[in-house]
Parts: sequence; C-alpha cells; structure tokens
Amino acid sequence: MRKNFLFIASLFLLATVIQGCGENASGLTSETRLPDQVSYNFDIRPILSDKCLACHGPDANKREAGLRLDLAENAFAALQENPTAHALVAGKPELSQVFLRITTEDSTERMPPVDSNLKLTQQEIELIEKWITQGARYEKHWAFDPPVKPALPKVDDTDWPQNELDYFILQKQEQRGLAPNEEADKERLLKRLSLDILGLPPTLEMQNEFLADTRPDAYERMVDRLLKMPAYGEKMSLHWLDLARYADSHGYQDDGYRTQWPWRDWVIHAFNQNMSYKKFVTWQLAGDLLPDSNKEQLLATGFNRNHKITEEGGIINEEYRLLYVTDRNDMFGKGLLGVTLECAHCHDHKYDPFSQKEYYQMFAFFNNVKEVGRESVIGGPETYAKKPLMEISEEDTQNILSFINKPDTNRLIVSVMGDLDSTRKTHILKRGVYDALGDEVEPGTPSSILPFNKNYPKNRLGLAQWLFDKKNPLTARVYVNILWQEFFGKGIVKTSGDFGMQGDLPTHPALLDWLAVDFMEHGWDIKRLVKQMVTSATYRQSATVSKKKLAVDPENIYLARGPRYRIHAEYVKDLVLASSGLLNRSIGGPSVKPYQPDGLWEGATSGRGLLSVYKQDHGSKLYRRGMYTLIKRTVPPPVMGIFDASNRDLCEVKRLKTNTPLQALVMMNDPAVLEASRVLAANLLKEKSSVNEKLTNAFRLIICRKPSAKELNILTNYYEKQRSTITPEAAHKMLTVGEYPMTRNLDKVDQAALMRVISTIYNLEEAITKT
Amino acid sequence: MGEGCFRTYTPKFSPSLTLSSPNSMHNAQTEHGFTFNRRRFLSSMSLGIGGVALGSLLMPDLFTGGEGTLDGLAPGIPHFAPKAKRVIYLFQNGAPSQQELFDYKPKLRDLQGEEIPPSVRGDQRLTGMTANQASFPLVGSFVDFQQYGQSRAWVSSLMPYTAKIVDDLCFVKSMYTEAINHDPALTFLQTGSQQGNRPSMGSWLSYGLGNENKNLPTFTVLLSRGVGNGQGVYSKLWSSGFLDSVHQGVQFSKGEDPVLYLSDPEGMNRSDRREMLDNLSELNDLSYQEFGDPEIAAKVKQYEMAYRMQTAVPEVMDLSKESDDIVKLYGPDCLVPGTYAANCLLARKLSENGVRFVQLYHQGWDQHGDLPYEITQQAKDVDQASAALVTDLKQRGMLDETLVIWGGEFGRTSYTQGKLTADNYGRDHHPRCFTIWMAGGGIKPGMVYGETDELGYNIAHNPVHVHDFQATVLHQLGLNHEKLIFKHLGRRYRLTDVSGKVVRDIIS
Repeated sequence: MRKNFLFIASLFLLATVIQGCGENASGLTSETRLPDQVSYNFDIRPILSDKCLACHGPDANKREAGLRLDLAENAFAALQENPTAHALVAGKPELSQVFLRITTEDSTERMPPVDSNLKLTQQEIELIEKWITQGARYEKHWAFDPPVKPALPKVDDTDWPQNELDYFILQKQEQRGLAPNEEADKERLLKRLSLDILGLPPTLEMQNEFLADTRPDAYERMVDRLLKMPAYGEKMSLHWLDLARYADSHGYQDDGYRTQWPWRDWVIHAFNQNMSYKKFVTWQLAGDLLPDSNKEQLLATGFNRNHKITEEGGIINEEYRLLYVTDRNDMFGKGLLGVTLECAHCHDHKYDPFSQKEYYQMFAFFNNVKEVGRESVIGGPETYAKKPLMEISEEDTQNILSFINKPDTNRLIVSVMGDLDSTRKTHILKRGVYDALGDEVEPGTPSSILPFNKNYPKNRLGLAQWLFDKKNPLTARVYVNILWQEFFGKGIVKTSGDFGMQGDLPTHPALLDWLAVDFMEHGWDIKRLVKQMVTSATYRQSATVSKKKLAVDPENIYLARGPRYRIHAEYVKDLVLASSGLLNRSIGGPSVKPYQPDGLWEGATSGRGLLSVYKQDHGSKLYRRGMYTLIKRTVPPPVMGIFDASNRDLCEVKRLKTNTPLQALVMMNDPAVLEASRVLAANLLKEKSSVNEKLTNAFRLIICRKPSAKELNILTNYYEKQRSTITPEAAHKMLTVGEYPMTRNLDKVDQAALMRVISTIYNLEEAITKT
Repeated sequence: MGEGCFRTYTPKFSPSLTLSSPNSMHNAQTEHGFTFNRRRFLSSMSLGIGGVALGSLLMPDLFTGGEGTLDGLAPGIPHFAPKAKRVIYLFQNGAPSQQELFDYKPKLRDLQGEEIPPSVRGDQRLTGMTANQASFPLVGSFVDFQQYGQSRAWVSSLMPYTAKIVDDLCFVKSMYTEAINHDPALTFLQTGSQQGNRPSMGSWLSYGLGNENKNLPTFTVLLSRGVGNGQGVYSKLWSSGFLDSVHQGVQFSKGEDPVLYLSDPEGMNRSDRREMLDNLSELNDLSYQEFGDPEIAAKVKQYEMAYRMQTAVPEVMDLSKESDDIVKLYGPDCLVPGTYAANCLLARKLSENGVRFVQLYHQGWDQHGDLPYEITQQAKDVDQASAALVTDLKQRGMLDETLVIWGGEFGRTSYTQGKLTADNYGRDHHPRCFTIWMAGGGIKPGMVYGETDELGYNIAHNPVHVHDFQATVLHQLGLNHEKLIFKHLGRRYRLTDVSGKVVRDIIS
C-alpha cells in the first residue's frame, strides 16, 4: 500500500512539474505583472465569463440574486438582496461586494461557491481589484464592435516587413524581445507553399525551376503560378467541406448513400474562379432566392442540405425536421459568425448576449424549407437526394454546370434549398424540445451583433445581406481567421468557432481587424488574401526553433518562426500519391472507394442499403486525391479518422493535429503507402542513373529537398544492406502489394530493397509535415 | 493483483514490453538496441524518463497547452481512490426486452389483450412504428420466471447461465433514457448527448485516467452480431469527439489485422522492422537537431509504441492457449473469432492486460415482431458467455476491480407492436424503463435496485437516469463526473452533460 501511495504522490508531483513548466514557458501566468492599465476586454471579461457569468450573466433562468455582472448598469446598481450595497463601486474595491465576496475567508460566502468547482487565482483577484480601483470601466465585447482599420504599428527593424501583415507581427515580437527567424531555404519554402496552395508537394521540375530562378521576385512568381493551378480549388475546398459538413451518406442509422457531390464540385469551381467570399456565401445561403436565380446558384444552396437526414423507421417527422433547421442555424452561427449560437437552443446563452428568443429568430430564417423529417427509408437512387432537390441534366453539364464531373448518364439529383410558398410559423422551443412550443417569433438577428435592417427581406436572402453588411462585426473577421489558421496552423483567435466571451482573445487584435477591413475593402477577394499571407515575411520564415524560442513561446503565438505542422489527413494521401507518380489529377465527380481494410462497413451495418458492403473501386479511381474518398458518416474512412479528419457529423472549423501510434501503423503498413513505394521504386529503377541519384530523387520527391550527405549516407547503407539480405522469395512477396501493374524486367531484389528504403522515407516525420 | 489503487500492470507475454516503471523503461531501450540517438531524444524531453513514458500519451494536452488543460486537474490521476480500474461494457445493441429477461410482470399475463390504461401511458410519445396503431393491448411474457440465489432475483428461463450467478450481479430495473430511437439512444448512452460529436465513455476514461499498459490502446471496441433483428453500430460511438484522438476507441476485429494496419507487410519480419525503425529514428534525429521541434521526438516515441503494439496485440488476441476449462466455461463459440463468446473471452484478456475500457457491441435485440422466436435465439447467443465472463473474472480475483456492465439503449413496451396472436407478438421501443445489470468494480453484488410498476411501463421506485448511470460508472473509477471536464469552444463539457447523480445505494 505504502509503495502505491508514494507512486501516487510522485504522479501528483510530476503533474505539478509538467503544469508548472507549461505555465512558465508560455510566460503568461503567475509571473506576469499586472498591466498598468487593466483592460476590461482583455483582462477582466475572460475572468467574469469563465468564473462568474454562469450564475451572474445573460441566462435569466439561472441568474442568482438577480445580479448580472456582464452589464455595467446592473453591476453598479443597488443589490436586490441588500439595497444599501453594490456589487461594484468605481474606484473602491473595499466597498464593492464583488471584491469582498471573492476575498472573504468565509467559505460559505466566498465566490465562486465551492460546489461550482471553480476558483479564482490570486492573479485574477488582483486584476479585479486593480480594475475596480481604476474605475471598473466596461467595454463592449471586442468581437461585437465592427473592426476599424488600424494604422500600421511602428517597428524598429523596418527592413524585415514584406507587407503590412509583418508590421503587426514584428511589433509584438519586439515588445517581447523576440526577433524573427531568417527566411526559410528555398526548398522548404517551396514545399510549404505548394502544400498550402495546392495541397500537393512540388514536382521535381518545379523544385528545379525554383532553385534555378535567381530573380528577386522568383517567390512571388511562384505564388502567382500556383494560385492559377486547378489544384488550388481542391485544396481550398477542404476547410469549407468541413465547415459545411459535406459527406456522401445520410448519416443516421442505416446511413444510406447520397449524391451531394455536385455541390462539392461547385465549391472547387467557385474557389478556382476566385468568386468573392460575399458571392460565394450569398449563393450558398440564398441562391434559390436571388432574382432570376439560375441552376448554378440553386446548386450552391446544397450547402444547407449537407446535414444528416434520417431514414430510420419510427421517428417523429417534426422532431427531425426541426433538427435539420437547428443544424443549419448552428452552422450559420459557428461557421459564418464564429459564435456558439447553439448554446441558446435550450436556454438563454450563459456567456454571450444571445437570448433564446434571438436563437429562434435566427432559426426562423431556416425554418421555411419544403422538407419533411423523413422522406423515405433506405432505398434506391430515388433516395440519394431529399426534397427539395434539383435534377442535373446532361444539358446542364454541357452548359451552366460544366464544372460537374458527371461520369455517366444516370439520373443525378442533389438536395438543395427551396422555401414553402406560405410562411411556416416559428416558435421558441422550450428547453429545445420539438413539441414544447413557446411564443411565436419573427425572423431576426441577435441585436448584440447587429440588429436586422428593416429594409432587408425577411428571408435567407435578407440574412445574407445582413451577414455582409459593412457593420457586421464578425463575418470578415471570422473568415480571415479561418484562413489564417489554414496557413499558419492556428487562428489569430485560436478558438476559430467561438469569438464570443468564452472564446480565446485574439493574439493580434489589430492585425485581425486590419485583415478583416482590408478583405472587405477589396471586395472579399480570397486569392488576394491568400497571397497577402503567403508573401509576408512572417510566412516565409524558417521553422527552426531554438531552445530559447521554444521556452519563451512554445506554441509559436508570436510567430517568430515559420509554421511547422503535420498536414491534414487528405493531404497525407495526396502527398503519397503525388510523389510516387500515381496521383490521378482529375477533378470532382462521384466519391471513390480506395483500399480499405476488410469488414469495416460489413461489421457495423444492419445490412440495408448501398453502403452496407464496401465494394472497393479499381484502376485510376484508387489514385484520386484524399478529398474524393467516399465519406460514410457512421463508418468514415479509417485512415482519415486516424489523421484527425472531420467525420462530417456537424459543422467543424478546426481540426486537431494529433500524433499517435495508429498513424505510425498507417504509414508503415497501409497498402496504399506500400504500393506507392513499390511504384516509385520501379520508376526510379527504370531511369539510367546511379544509386545515389535514385535515392536523392526519391528523397526530393517525398521530402521536397535534397538530402544532406549524412542522410544520403544512411539511405545508401540501408539500401545496400537490404539488397544483400532480402531473399528473392521475400522480394516477390513484398512487391505483390497494390493493384497497380507490375513493371517487368526489373530485378526484384533491387526493387524490393529500394521500395523498403522509400517506404522508410515516407515514414520520416518531415515527409508529412509542412516544414 | 488488487493490492493497490494505482498499480501498473505487467503484461504477461514479455517483461520487456512494459514501460510502466523507470527501470523497465530502461530495459526496453537496451533490449531493443536503442541507439544513442534515440536515448538522447527521450532524455531531451526534459521530464525524466519514467515521466515521459507516462506523460505524453496520457497528458498530451499538457505538452501542447491545448484547450483542455484544466485548472488544478491533471488528467491521468483519479480524483479519489477508485473501486474499479477497468470497465467491460457488454452493450446489447437494439434494446433487449426487459419483460422477457429480468423484469418479471405476471400481471401482464393476467391482463393479456387488454388495452393499456391511458393513466399508465400518460403522455409518453410513441415511435412512428406504433403511433398509428389503433389499440395498445398488453402482452404478458411467453417465458416463465423463477427466483434464484440468495438474492432471490427473478430471471427468465431464457437466461439459465445468468440465473446461476445472480448473487454476483446488481440488477438495475429502473433505468430510463430520453431517446426513443436507436441512433440517438445509443449515442446518448455512450456520450451523454443524443447528437454526435462528443467523446464516448471510454474516451472520457482514457482522458481521465490514462492507460495502464503502454503497449495496448486504452479503449478498445469489439463487435459481434446476433441472430435477431439488427441495428447497425457506428464508429462515431467510440469517437473521442473533441478530445485528442489518442483517446478514441480502437476497434479490434477478427482476422489477420486485429488493429488496423497492425501487421507488417508480406516479406518483412520483426528484425527487418527493427532495422527500418533504427534507420528511421536516425534520420528523424538529424531533423530534430536541425529544427528542434519537440513534435519530432514525440513522433519517434509513437513509432516505438506502434512497434510494441505489433507484438502485444496479436499475443493478447491469441485464444489458442486457453485451457479446456475456459473453453467449456465460455462455450465452444469462444474459439470462433468474431462471435460474442469469443469477444467476451477477449475482453477478459484485454482487461487482464490493463486495457482500461473494453466496449463490446452485440447486435440483434430489436424485436419489433416475432419476438418469442427471435429473443430465444438471441438470449442463447449471449447468456453463457456473459455469465462466464463474470465467473472467469471472479475466479482470477479480478472482479473486484473490473466493472462489468450488461444492457441496451432503452427498454421495450408492455403492449404489443403489430398483431397479438396466441403465440406471437412484438414490442416497440420504450424509453421509460429498462433493466441492466452490473457486476464487480465495487458495485453491490446480489442486489436488485429500482422497480417498475406492475405493468412494467413506468418506474415505481428509484429511477436511474442515463446520466446517473454514467456518473456512477465514473465514480467507481475514482472520477467525479462534475470534475471530469473538458473545455471546448467556451463550454465545459462533461460525460453527464449538466446532470447526473451517483447512485450511492448500489455501491458497496
């Protein structure tokens, strides 16, 4: 027993040490001095929001003692329970009940109460004291004030910035005694750029050309060239498919097949056309309601029909119909407004100023669709889309919808939006329960964000106009932040789906506002924004991290080094296929079923429907980009899940980037990776070149840089040793992986040895990392 | 076994495979011929070697400063001394009919064919399958019940093996849920929420307690299919939701690759793999020297764990060395991979090797019609092996620290679905009451908790909500369900959402 106690004790100690390290290293807690001027938004509101507002905030039903601390007039007013006392008295903490109650020794009086499991730190208490001493001034939540374009900050090192973004980044670094890294070497920079713009590694030709291009604007030229390639649209679509929870199945129970992919083809097309963000989103929200709406605009509205739709027997139609409306409303909140509107589904929001009524006012915009909870049970092609739906004819694909990659002449239907002729009444649903109808509400928007302009139509088109109203404080900020996250690894607001009071504060608020206003001023031009980011000096820095920088800024919040992250699941597949030469570069079309371990669908199915059995595709369909792998929601593609892809259940705006043993197993043993290794080995062996050249080329194709002498030495030794140890029998077995035809007239032992070395290169940490 | 509350397991197959203590960690390194480089990697993580072994898998958020880092709560350490260390959850997917198995209602036979009184039905919503039914005649069970053991628990003749071990079980006859359809109800039981995207119970335990065996996943899933009307299961049920994917359930399946991509490719033996990994880590080390990114060091560790799993998993999956007595206990099916019986036996082995949460799903309990025939077959499919698992754990001295749970996602109606004939009927979904049993893990043995009314339609005493059940499970594992939280998008999430009370009456 004693031993075990000691062990537990040491675990606690260990945990303390680890936590301690984390805090000190980030330099953001205990040792931080109090700011000279305490800011409500940046210092006080996070404390109130996290520790106080659940009981003293916007939710009227859970409010204790009638006290609200999120509103100045309420916090300064006489207390309901004790009219001679006040929660806050400006300049006088000793008279402010807030301060007295958080510092009292009496545990029955002390706030937050013991049973809340919440506690204020000493630092937090001191901040509150100082804030009250300085007058307890409230400010509007930063994200609900429209952004104003700030002036560029002054920096010491005026040589470093390449464009405006860099001034904001450098200023913060200089304030903290940090200096940016030097520019990354050309090879790594090109890999980073190519992965970020195309989602594909640069080809050998691109690498050679870029290395040879010594013009001062070689980098900008490369940026322009990549932005024009059609793979750009595919790469940019991925974050949008997550946001729009796009999938190839209906998502509930039997999880039948759906043909929503023409909508996905449109998204790729729209990015490649560089459609403005405003038009891109307006069409998706209200393409059907535009004057003289055309079929492309109607197809775009598939956005709001990507949600799960039940085919389960025995459900109650209205309950599920309302779930679909809820899903749209929540996606609108999280994906487009960056707020957790969904929290007001059952009650007033506990932290942000959204009432339950306002939730259902927004809900009303999405509540008029001509749809039912369950249109059909699992069945044939007529169930692949649910009403309202559109038919895509052969003629359409020759004309207005020519971007759709329709491989056959089968009937093609897509779920899209379409409203009833009359208006369906919207009620508040008490506790969010489908049949507990409360008061009727009219369409409207949360007034704390921006009241709904009376001149706008009270439908989704009006909602789109509201979203892109110049005074809307969130739309531009939220999208700019999502793209920043894609390119720099994390958002300026780290909680990219929550700009509300519980969300993280922006690390660079001025930069965020500058980007947002600049984005609006330039017609919501997405390619321009991408170019601004990738041509900045900030982006071009080397990703090397010194011990000092790691200690001062482990998370790279201040971007004093370049982004270095493991790439998304789909791009892992893309990298393997592209570097081996297997990649099928066709764009769009029905999703495909590449290699997948046996029995995954079969083991989890009721046996009903097209997707109950996994019928793997063959030939060139095996080598499509990762984004085209069919997503059956209840059993999503396993490798994608292992690398943190979204299962597309609900709107997601941020992926995790984990590092697990299962990922190692995939890279070592997935037949797709092994097949790529085999094919690349064969291709290299066919070339008339030395072993060194072959290994160098393999390394350059996968890692996208020339190996160092040491690296090449390890690879060469490994190759030679494998050549001498692999038996012909083992070689034969190794080479029989994958369906791609074997190359004849090659020495099998040579090929197997090279294949093994290439497979090792694929397993390098650097291979699937943006470096 | 069983003498300590935080003992780490030494797997039986090979002493060199455990990384539980600083010493064995060291052994593992030298035994596999770790190069100088790799050793430097590990020590460069600055936390001391035993700590690292425990640290980065259990507490990834502490390394990355992720959203989930919580004030004063270090994941990986229980809140108080746990009664149980592990869970085996025998999920009976489709909702077994309590009236035919454990909840004896003789009155239903007396009232056979009579309409259920509206006062009993109240405002209970119906599924779309019976909503249009003109009448709701009560139907008594076709099977007979008897009382067993010292606890005198009622068990039907469909469950003869379970009947023999009732004194080890705690029946909860007053479970209730909020959902009436399979998908949301399953999701609710597993994640505490009817809609998806939240971590499963096993993921929460992995997050809260970490793993006991570094060579096996903390949360494993085993699937089997019965003979009755089936409802699918979904991998979202064992998803880690917004938690790090290291906490997601790992499905172990029958066949050559019990864990996806576990087996080395054809033509590659273990020493080939070792050699490949040694070259790989040498190359990764060069990159680490250049970049200094701790992710590179973490990656090397993940490859080493994968390497160890490649040996550990097949060993634990190998049932060929089980004794005849064990095969007899679980029944001959236990040697047929993919059956419920084989999965029960496997669950014991995984548990024995320190897997924190073993989740079984057995399909086939959705008896809307043809109930007498189907449930007879279905019960036969699970009865012996379920009882065998409890007996086996007990004889190994493991039952005290292993919580076994048997149950479905909701109950079934006391009235018939479809036509009531002399020898046939069906039962629809019923969320208001259902029966589960638990065994071991500090739950009182030989107990019947809660009671339904005489028509088996409403709960008469001691209702247990799904969140109460979940709170109790966490409690047995030493976790306070109100403190096991993860902050995500501005909200503190719990398995039990915003409710749940530990059912103290069933805790020994």
